Amino acid sequence: MILDIRGMKMQFGGLVAVNDFNLSLEHGELVGLIGPNGAGKTTVFNVITGVYAPTEGAITLEGRDITGMRPDLVTRLGIARTFQNIRLFSRMSVMENILVSLHWRLKSGVFDALTQNGKYRAEEASMQSRAMDLLARVNLDGVADSPAGSLPYGSQRRLEICRALATEPKLLLLDEPAAGMNPAESIELMKFIGRIREEFGLTILLIEHQMRVVMGISERIVVLDHGVIISRGTPREVSRDPRVIEAYLGVEKHA
Amino acid sequence: MSRHLKRDLVILVCVALVVAWANGDLKDLLGIPGWQSYAVRIINMCAINAVLALSLNLVNGFTGQFSLGHAGFMALGAYTTALLTMDMAAKDRVFFMTPLVEPLRNLTLPFLPALVLAGIVAGLFSLLVGVPALRLRGDYLGIATLGFAEIIRLIIQNVRKVTNGALGLKGIPPVVNLWWTLGSAFVCYLMLRNFLASSYGRAFKSIRENETAAQAMGIDLFKHKLLSFFISSFWAGVGGGLLASLLTTIDPVQFKFPLTFQVLLTVVLGGMGSLSGSIIAAGIVTYLMEFLRVVEETHYWGSITIPGIPGLRMVIFSLALVVVVVWYPKGLMGDRELTVAGIKGVLGRVRQRLRIKGGRPA
Ligand SMILES: Nc1ncnc2c1ncn2[C@@H]1O[C@H](COP(=O)(O)OP(=O)(O)OP(=O)(O)O)[C@@H](O)[C@H]1O
Ligand SMILES: [Mg+2]
Repeated sequence: MILDIRGMKMQFGGLVAVNDFNLSLEHGELVGLIGPNGAGKTTVFNVITGVYAPTEGAITLEGRDITGMRPDLVTRLGIARTFQNIRLFSRMSVMENILVSLHWRLKSGVFDALTQNGKYRAEEASMQSRAMDLLARVNLDGVADSPAGSLPYGSQRRLEICRALATEPKLLLLDEPAAGMNPAESIELMKFIGRIREEFGLTILLIEHQMRVVMGISERIVVLDHGVIISRGTPREVSRDPRVIEAYLGVEKHA
Repeated sequence: MSRHLKRDLVILVCVALVVAWANGDLKDLLGIPGWQSYAVRIINMCAINAVLALSLNLVNGFTGQFSLGHAGFMALGAYTTALLTMDMAAKDRVFFMTPLVEPLRNLTLPFLPALVLAGIVAGLFSLLVGVPALRLRGDYLGIATLGFAEIIRLIIQNVRKVTNGALGLKGIPPVVNLWWTLGSAFVCYLMLRNFLASSYGRAFKSIRENETAAQAMGIDLFKHKLLSFFISSFWAGVGGGLLASLLTTIDPVQFKFPLTFQVLLTVVLGGMGSLSGSIIAAGIVTYLMEFLRVVEETHYWGSITIPGIPGLRMVIFSLALVVVVVWYPKGLMGDRELTVAGIKGVLGRVRQRLRIKGGRPA
């Protein structure tokens, strides 16, 4: 087991965004987290990564308690994420976006960087080649020097995933990576996610709005509605669950 | 440093030429009387303002933290330099109301260690200010740093045993010359450029671009903000020290908010996140400040007397800042740097446009 969330509750003032949330992930699994708008999916990510400390409950990563730990420290322990609304460093180059993720491993001190001494330059060179290598693996090496904000939407999504990979995570959290894409692009992206999962030996928790998109690649699906898990199981099981159908139909009626 | 060695050498030679020229070594070539001392004064101020703008830009432009405390750190640097370079006789002449505390009274250092210590004192205080303040974001950080700068100033005004209070310090040795000012500006520029090009610089910029994402990529926000603040304040202290030695007199009133404001205007005018922009803007603002002296002086035209209005320069500057922020929020350079390739590109475009205007085929 890589991640274990026990009895997690997240309350914002009077609003209980997530309640009694239990989930454990096995090494190498790809689990889909789905649910209608405002169900609390992103909040689950924010609690796992330490953006919010949960009101109740505990989260452990490989047996280690990470509940309420600062986000940068959680990342260093091996959880990386992307954001629902893309959060790239837009005015920095594609290459620099990746290099930022390598910074926390830097051994050179402030003085080495100020003087650009041999130790620093050697380390910089190896960071550059590592970043270039990563970009090549997601087919973005051709635009390494372009500002990240100038990339087309689909490439920005891929860059954000690549930036998360650069922190060398064991567990990758993807928040609606296919948002705003047409069906063909979504399928392409899911293939891409399947591929990096194999290549990097990752465990993935994937938030998606539409069930259809994650059906193909998830081993398991967890369905969240109004902050509580209403169904869990294989894609087939979940898609036949009347509670799930009702939750989704309910949303469509209102929409 | 070797990556840009050639370019650095060219800059160094240019700096040396300007110094030599303005110092009078090349005066005979020019032969314009009165020019020399005026030029020296302006270039000195340009260089000091460049140090101040570069350092404020590090925090505000490159790290995206809205700090308004520069004047406080300059004051610390100015007083440190003054107290460490004045000799005992000079100190006794100034401290006639309340004597200066003992170890400081007969402590006199050469200018270079005094200037470095000025930076270190300012830097250490910035850590005291930064630890509580840098937990705030945006406007709140601005207000907090502004408050801290005023507290520093009030402390200086009231610890008479050390600072001579509101009376200020006079007779500070005028050690500073063009070598010192331009040299400091050059070292400051080199240091910031190297640092910003490094992994630490990228971490700073990632915080500016998106704090949440930077932290999610493993960047320790607080540590890097504090580091940026420390380096920035170090150079604000050095700038204050240079200013003290250039002016030879300092008092607490000099280090009120308008001083920070002037540096901020320079940074915004040059472009938040552009080192070369800060240097260019420092030149422009310094010349304008000199030029605008006219409006604060009283003029007599025959029988007509036009009274000068003290403080009008700051009003004009405030308006200028508003104009820049509203109509040219990117300033002169945006977040780009002036490069040889860039200049060639602009020249090329201008030439092309001229050709088109001239009606000749391009
Ligand atoms: N920081 C916060 N403060 C107050 N309320 C919040 C906060 N973050 C989320 N919420 C609320 O918690 C609920 C769940 O939000 P969340 O963003 O987790 O939903 P979601 O499932 O990701 O929805 P979507 O599909 O729209 O992304 C919403 O009602 C939201 O308004
Ligand atoms: Mg969401």
